[in-house]
Amino acid sequence: MNIVTVCGMGMGSSLVLKMNIDDILKRKGIKADVEACDLGSLVGKVADIVVTTYELKLQVEDKGYNVVYVRSVIDKKALEELILDAVGKLKK
Amino acid sequence: MTKATIRLNVKVKNWEEAIRKGGELLVQEDAVEQCYVDAMVRAVKELGPYIVIAPGFAMPHAKAENGVKQIAMSLLTLESPVKFGNPDNDPVKVVICLAAVDHTTHIEAMRELALLLSDSDKMSQIQSTRQVEEVLALIQA
Repeated sequence: MNIVTVCGMGMGSSLVLKMNIDDILKRKGIKADVEACDLGSLVGKVADIVVTTYELKLQVEDKGYNVVYVRSVIDKKALEELILDAVGKLKK
Repeated sequence: MTKATIRLNVKVKNWEEAIRKGGELLVQEDAVEQCYVDAMVRAVKELGPYIVIAPGFAMPHAKAENGVKQIAMSLLTLESPVKFGNPDNDPVKVVICLAAVDHTTHIEAMRELALLLSDSDKMSQIQSTRQVEEVLALIQA
């Protein structure tokens, strides 16, 4: 499974998201490659799930990805629910 | 982050001034060129206030090629919170300006930062203290 986290520069919120998602998936025993990238590099990436913040919804929503939006990149509880939900849907 | 890149209870009129004051500390430390500060402001104008990544917390940054000389961070706490235009996480009380040389070398610093941000007790202490040493101790603890 490929998960790509996205932010404007690919090194701020996307990196925090990547680290938190890595932790969540590891804890749940789910294997996935999680990569952080910037908006400009997203197009062309293969991703089962793209994770970004609501602030970047406009820039991401028309790219044809399965996108999960978060409000706060450090709210691990909310992030965990969203990620596990998205991962669960993929498996079906 | 060092004593020289932390300022507490800073007075600013708006988000742009907050970024410029935080960026100025990085310029003084010779971590970035002045154009990096402009690039951080431009990023918010072009991409929106997505740098407000958690409630009350903004992390302005720009790309390394915009004048970063070395990896560094500066921290401001604001006397009065300012709005960045982020409906979920405004108003902002803590601003950490980040200068990264690439996408990976600051990953450890980001990990520590993410831990700090998710610790609401520490964050409220950082917002209320007037001692730079105390902020450093909280970050490094």
